[in-house]
Amino acid sequence: MEWMYLVPALPFLGALILILFSGKIGKPGVIAVGCGSIGLAALVTIVAGWQFMQSGVPAFSQHLWEWLRVGDFSIGVNLRLDALSLSFAFVITFVGWLIHIYSTGYMSDDPDFARFFACMNLFVGSMLMLVLADNLLLMYLGWEGVGLCSYLLIGFWYKAPENGAAARKAFIVTRVGDTAMAIALFLLVQHTGSLQLSVVLERAQSLWAAGDPTVVWIAFLLLGGAVGKSAQLPLQTWLPDAMAGPTPVSALIHAATMVTAGVYLIARTNVIFSLAPAAQTAVAITGAVTLLLAGFSAWVQTDIKRVLAYSTISQIGYMFLALGVGAWSAAIFHFITHAFFKALLFLGAGAVIHALHHEQDMFKMGGLRKSLPGVFLVFLIGSLSLAAIPFISSGWYSKDQIIWLAGTAAGGRPVYAFAAVLGAFITAAYTTRMMLLVFFGKEQTHVHHKPGPEMMVPLYVLAVCSTLAGFLELPHTLGHFTWLSDFLQPVLPEVVTQHASVAAEWGLQTITAGLAALAIYITWRLLNAPFPKEAGAFLKSGWGFDAAYDVLFVQPFVRIARLNRKDIIDNVYTGLAAITRGLHRMMSATQSGIIRWYVLGVVMGAVLILSVIIWRHSM
Amino acid sequence: MGTAFYIAAAVAVLSTIMVITRYNIMHALLYFNVSMLSVAVVFYLYGAPFMAALELIVYAGAIMVLIIFFVMMLNLGSQTAGEERSWMTPGVWIGPSVLCLVLLAELVYLMVQPADTGAEIKVVDPKEVGKSLFGPYMLAVELAGMLLMAGIVGAYHLGRQKKKIVHRFLENSPS
Amino acid sequence: MINATTAGLVLAGVLFTLGLISMLIRRNIIFMLVSVEIMLNAAGLAFIVAASRWGQPEGQVMFMFILAMAAAEVSVGLALILQLYHQLKSLDSDEASRMRG
Repeated sequence: MEWMYLVPALPFLGALILILFSGKIGKPGVIAVGCGSIGLAALVTIVAGWQFMQSGVPAFSQHLWEWLRVGDFSIGVNLRLDALSLSFAFVITFVGWLIHIYSTGYMSDDPDFARFFACMNLFVGSMLMLVLADNLLLMYLGWEGVGLCSYLLIGFWYKAPENGAAARKAFIVTRVGDTAMAIALFLLVQHTGSLQLSVVLERAQSLWAAGDPTVVWIAFLLLGGAVGKSAQLPLQTWLPDAMAGPTPVSALIHAATMVTAGVYLIARTNVIFSLAPAAQTAVAITGAVTLLLAGFSAWVQTDIKRVLAYSTISQIGYMFLALGVGAWSAAIFHFITHAFFKALLFLGAGAVIHALHHEQDMFKMGGLRKSLPGVFLVFLIGSLSLAAIPFISSGWYSKDQIIWLAGTAAGGRPVYAFAAVLGAFITAAYTTRMMLLVFFGKEQTHVHHKPGPEMMVPLYVLAVCSTLAGFLELPHTLGHFTWLSDFLQPVLPEVVTQHASVAAEWGLQTITAGLAALAIYITWRLLNAPFPKEAGAFLKSGWGFDAAYDVLFVQPFVRIARLNRKDIIDNVYTGLAAITRGLHRMMSATQSGIIRWYVLGVVMGAVLILSVIIWRHSM
Repeated sequence: MGTAFYIAAAVAVLSTIMVITRYNIMHALLYFNVSMLSVAVVFYLYGAPFMAALELIVYAGAIMVLIIFFVMMLNLGSQTAGEERSWMTPGVWIGPSVLCLVLLAELVYLMVQPADTGAEIKVVDPKEVGKSLFGPYMLAVELAGMLLMAGIVGAYHLGRQKKKIVHRFLENSPS
Repeated sequence: MINATTAGLVLAGVLFTLGLISMLIRRNIIFMLVSVEIMLNAAGLAFIVAASRWGQPEGQVMFMFILAMAAAEVSVGLALILQLYHQLKSLDSDEASRMRG
């Protein structure tokens, strides 16, 4: 565990080497450094995690050095390893490593190969910093670091202006949330006098009663930060556009890891949210509404990556719902399974896109079942997880737990459960639609070239993980195995369930499974059925959020900017300059070059001085 | 204070007024010489006969003659008198004159004010002047010598006519 | 009845003021040079009067320095005027100004 600092340090070191020496080490060197650093970090994480589990301590923290000190207020670069951060760190390093390996194949033709891996390493390092940080300021550093890397990688192909616009949009929209989070941190420092996680959470409990306005404010502001980073309502608009980046980036940043930072933040500060019931209800409502809206949008997309993007928003909505009802460990469980199967789906989509020579429109695909059998197989496994097909997919175990707890947990309501079930139905529907469009039917685009082993092996590994990860937790109906919940027990509060019978759970699971089957059947039958055009366009644009924000925020801002085009405040400074200039003109008017005027000046001065002397004299 | 001083002073002031009102520069310079001569008389009356002699020799004799020869060299004489007349409109000279007269009034007021208790004129022996010149003021004399040297070199350098450079093929052609 | 020192200083002041007036109203450079000479001469007169008032040689020493300076000034000044006249074909001092102030 003493080697824990290597976990974020190795990716940072890799990024540094790649930035400085990318020209010298050549492509094999870039691969070795880029993948090797992440692989080593994954190895260290596993070893440290093993030791951590053996030791049985609830949390292990490591002090590296003092970052800053102001009076009594001190921020150290401290790392903290506990069940929550270990879960995240494991997923980040392991999935990140697989995606890196995949990228060596996917990006092999790209001229900016080294830059790509440098950014990816920097991202992994920042994300590890975020989850391993022992204080909120260091966490904020990682938080902003991943935002920066997201910007760099969305705009990776910066020569196309729309990619740059998408990158800027992602950066600015998440900045709204980051500002809220920064204010929350200020409030926490003001009231608790510390940013150390353990200290903050401990003092929060003694400082505030449940529902105290201050803590509600802080919780809402933290929720704002989480919503921005995790692309939840109302700041979800950036994620679909973020698909402008290379597909491995979408898989790593915009599906598996970074977007779940909000989930991590809320889980980490669960004490504060528990003290603020209003904010926690808001988390649940945000999650429920987002999962439905994004699910409907995913249903009508034509771009395969945008389907997955909306699907990601929807699945993170599930996690928020779980957090909101107090099912903390269920959210983390869904995070783990989602990371596996969504990375799998994105990488599979990437393989398809790569094979079809950067064709992303699903209606131009089709029949790939025969030409890309390996990809079809792994994509099918991922889709089963996403659609939550019972027993054989990990997604079912995690999602079913959330659906069950949405109704029965302490903060649960039947309406949440209903939203979650409806969401599951839509998820199954759009997943089926995607599968049918891409892999069945008539072949429309010829396969350009098949993915190589460096792309296929990570896919197989992820496919296995997508299947097996579900067995970390089993529902009551299947033996009630709760390894992950027990593991997370020291960090996250236990899920308090209202009284509910196993029979009811059986019933709910049957309904869910039946609805999924129904969704598959309906989609299969009605695949090419006509769809109301206006409604389709509305859903496809993500419920018109972009247009609404354009009218509500962008255009008024542009108008104000235009009003202030001459920069009203600047007039003060230009006025100063103008006054100086006027004085200068007056002074330069005296420099006529005509000697008599100079002499006249001297004479006037003499008269003045003598007058003063006489005046003083006669006093 | 004898009549001689008043006569000399009156001549000096009148001739200086003539200097500043003449349009013809030669006339002005000659009046200025008269002014110098009367000032030399005043020097003599104030017990400085050697300085009176220097005034005559250096100022009236050398400097004024230099200017006069210069004006003659430029052949200005009456040529510029008309121009000078056109420049001297009342609008030009009334303002500065009034200002300067105010200055003079203030000066005189200050000089008359401290009713000096009738100190008599004391003759300063030229020998004393010579002693202090080559005693405590030795360095200043050296500096004055260097200044004159610089004046000579500067005057030579500035006054030299630049040789016109004409191409040898053009030398014979009428220009 | 004013005493001798005051009378001499008043004479110096009158001469100086006349030189100053001439300096201010003339445009011809040679006249301006002559005006400077008038003023220098008046200053010298003030020194002589002061020397006789105190019976000290310093005033006359100063007059000799003024004399040397006036000689140097006139020689260099005349050379400058000569150059200017060759350049501008005029003795108008305003012609020499290229400043636009």
